[in-house]
Amino acid sequence: MCLAIPGQVVELFPDQPNTAVIDVVGVRRKVNLGLLQDNLPVQGDWVLIHVGFAMSKISEADAIDQMRTLRALGEAEAAMQEVQGYGMETGYGMETAENPEPSPGILMPGLKKDWA
Amino acid sequence: MKFVDEFREPELITKTSAEIRRLADPDRHYRIMEVCGGHTHAIYRFGLKDLLPANIELIHGPGCPVCVLPMGRIDDGLAIAQNPDVIFTAFGDMMRVPGTQGSPLEHKARGMDVRIVYSPADALKLAEKNPDRHVMFFAIGFETTAPSTALTLMRAKAQRLHNFSVFCNHVTIIPAIRAILDSPDMRIDAFIGPGHVSTVIGCRPYEWIAKNENKPVAVSGFEPLDILQSIVMVLRQLKADEATIENQYKRVVPWEGNRAALRAMAEVFELRPYFEWRGLGFISQSALRLRESYAEWDSEQRFQVPGVRVTDPKAAQCGEVLKGVLKPHQCKLFGNECTPEHPVGALMVSSEGSCAAYFNYEHRKTAMVTSIASVA
Amino acid sequence: MAHGAGGKASRRLVEGLFAPLLFSSSSEPLGDAAHLDFNGTKIAITTDSFVVKPLSFPGGSIGELAVNGTVNDLAVSGAKAEAMVVTYVLEAGLPTPILEAEARAMGNAARKAGVTIAGGDTKVVEHGKADSMYITTTGIGRPIHGLKIDPRSVRAGDKILLSGPIGDHGITILLARGELDLEADLHSDTRSVLPLVEALAREAGPGVRWMRDPTRGGVATSLNELARDCRLGIVLMEETIPVRDAVRGACELLGLDPLHIANEGQFLAVVAPEYADAALNALSLAPGGQDAQVIGEVREQPSGAVLVTTRYGGSRIVDMLVGDPLPRIC
Repeated sequence: MCLAIPGQVVELFPDQPNTAVIDVVGVRRKVNLGLLQDNLPVQGDWVLIHVGFAMSKISEADAIDQMRTLRALGEAEAAMQEVQGYGMETGYGMETAENPEPSPGILMPGLKKDWA
Repeated sequence: MKFVDEFREPELITKTSAEIRRLADPDRHYRIMEVCGGHTHAIYRFGLKDLLPANIELIHGPGCPVCVLPMGRIDDGLAIAQNPDVIFTAFGDMMRVPGTQGSPLEHKARGMDVRIVYSPADALKLAEKNPDRHVMFFAIGFETTAPSTALTLMRAKAQRLHNFSVFCNHVTIIPAIRAILDSPDMRIDAFIGPGHVSTVIGCRPYEWIAKNENKPVAVSGFEPLDILQSIVMVLRQLKADEATIENQYKRVVPWEGNRAALRAMAEVFELRPYFEWRGLGFISQSALRLRESYAEWDSEQRFQVPGVRVTDPKAAQCGEVLKGVLKPHQCKLFGNECTPEHPVGALMVSSEGSCAAYFNYEHRKTAMVTSIASVA
Repeated sequence: MAHGAGGKASRRLVEGLFAPLLFSSSSEPLGDAAHLDFNGTKIAITTDSFVVKPLSFPGGSIGELAVNGTVNDLAVSGAKAEAMVVTYVLEAGLPTPILEAEARAMGNAARKAGVTIAGGDTKVVEHGKADSMYITTTGIGRPIHGLKIDPRSVRAGDKILLSGPIGDHGITILLARGELDLEADLHSDTRSVLPLVEALAREAGPGVRWMRDPTRGGVATSLNELARDCRLGIVLMEETIPVRDAVRGACELLGLDPLHIANEGQFLAVVAPEYADAALNALSLAPGGQDAQVIGEVREQPSGAVLVTTRYGGSRIVDMLVGDPLPRIC
């Protein structure tokens, strides 16, 4: 139920729109794109593969966003502690340069309501 | 491997673990359930428990479709394949699961035509290549896998391929979570939600867990950083006394789910009024069967199925382990009568079953392991 | 069927059933080859059977496996193969060109490995038995000077060396069967490891405690066997274990662990710590040894088990398999 791997679309078939060849570090397999027919991937797109079917497109932007959030872990905390050291406990909705708009699913460290 | 290695970066894992330790209130004991067997497997495979403070307990949930399959259903599938015209196909996960007369692999050794397939589409192809045989696909899985079975059946119908049928054991995740929360001896603080099921059903189906049960849910990916970040998310919510659904696995999971997948499922499947879950008992509206319009491709309609109920030995405490009430090693049979080599219950057979995972990856680790971790 | 896969069930079959009935001395640990002494003349002898489907695959065929497998069993026991005899069990109806191809492959492999095929036997069985062809070999050789292999000499602190990337052979075979519809630019790693073993003997001989070629059941099975035989623990560092990208990709896709996958051209060596550098150096400089790595060490704990650790501090036990590794989707 859960084993799904990211693969890159490396070949499409004009006469078979619901089929593609995906590549996972050199391993290739034909997969069925039927579940993505509302928004078919193009060559170069990354998709999540499960039992020979593409389940979802992978958003590189979201992946980068996630990595940024994780890298900022601890840094915002350190920054917060520094700020608190100056007596500025209330955050005023502080935004860091790294992530001006926290996305709904990922909470920025230190930007919690407790500081409001 | 892109979109994999980044989420296994050692420094970030260490950083995220530190954040978890910072967030965990030392006066509190947290019980977080990961619903999906794939998460259970990942937790053991990556040794994530070693990174958590002692007051965070991970409870393994019932999201293992092999584990919850009653033995009688395996017997039924194998009974169909006793017919020499039938080729029994299934995912590798099913091959060692014991029925009362042995597992599919054991039946293969005794002469049954049993083949592993990676995809239901491969089972269909087998039917195309063997017009004089009947290919039966033993379908298992939650909503992650059901759409692929659905598309395959739609294709079989479109091609009018009659020597193919599906023995459908697809189950749905929400009723299982409900059963866990309804259980009287249950105490879960938060959930790590099934990331791949959610690529199909989206995040809305979990909203009642937050609204009605007041428990945080982080829909999680399967890499170490995903799972750890999900724990960070639910800890933050618990700390702030909040309960919402968060999509940790944003790069893959659409909040609204996959409409095409849901359409395919609706076209081919309907909910069974009830279905037996091994260890959990009968749960209503929790499993799928083929619609009447697909009767011809339904193994249960094409063939006579014994339909015998097989009860598990009373000593096997699979139910309690499935619900997270007992840890695997607390079951009396664990490691003695019940091991991966000779499993009594299904939690020991599937590699993502909590008992097998615990047995294979964990239970011989000694207290010295934490110091060993700094090799070289 | 599980009894043939090289893991727990195989071990029980050999130790539980065969050993007490067949072997005169039960005190010697079971190794890849037997070292015998006939009034001062030391001979090493080994026997093996080869069953593979498909017979022929990228990188080789059953004939090469048979020769290299025999040479390797002797090599890791500390002996240089000199000669072998071969038995073919052939399925009736096997096309002659296929048999010719295998015989040719064996001849070439034997020449390449420097071993003489001194004789053999053939049997034909009914159609439907023998999966086209089974090959059994018996190889003899002479002990390599400077090596004394004995699992009982393994100590905590010893280093574990691996000669090169793992999983190539098993994954190649899996893909070659065509059932999974996966393609990759992979080939079997079948080769004689004798030159590498000889290099090791020359530069680090006195420090080499134990060697094994991790065939069916993979590195995990070989090291678990060692851990049980010497009642010590083996701790591996995951990031040091060499695995080719394509093997990794196939394993991720299929839910397999490279540590359980068969190899036909690699070996493991346990080396005393003071010889470890020289040993690794010897391997990396020898032809075909450039990917050799130190992958872990022997510890007191976890006794009898193999632990794999990660750089970030997580760890997991890796056990022997029961039966063959199966792809999973969960």
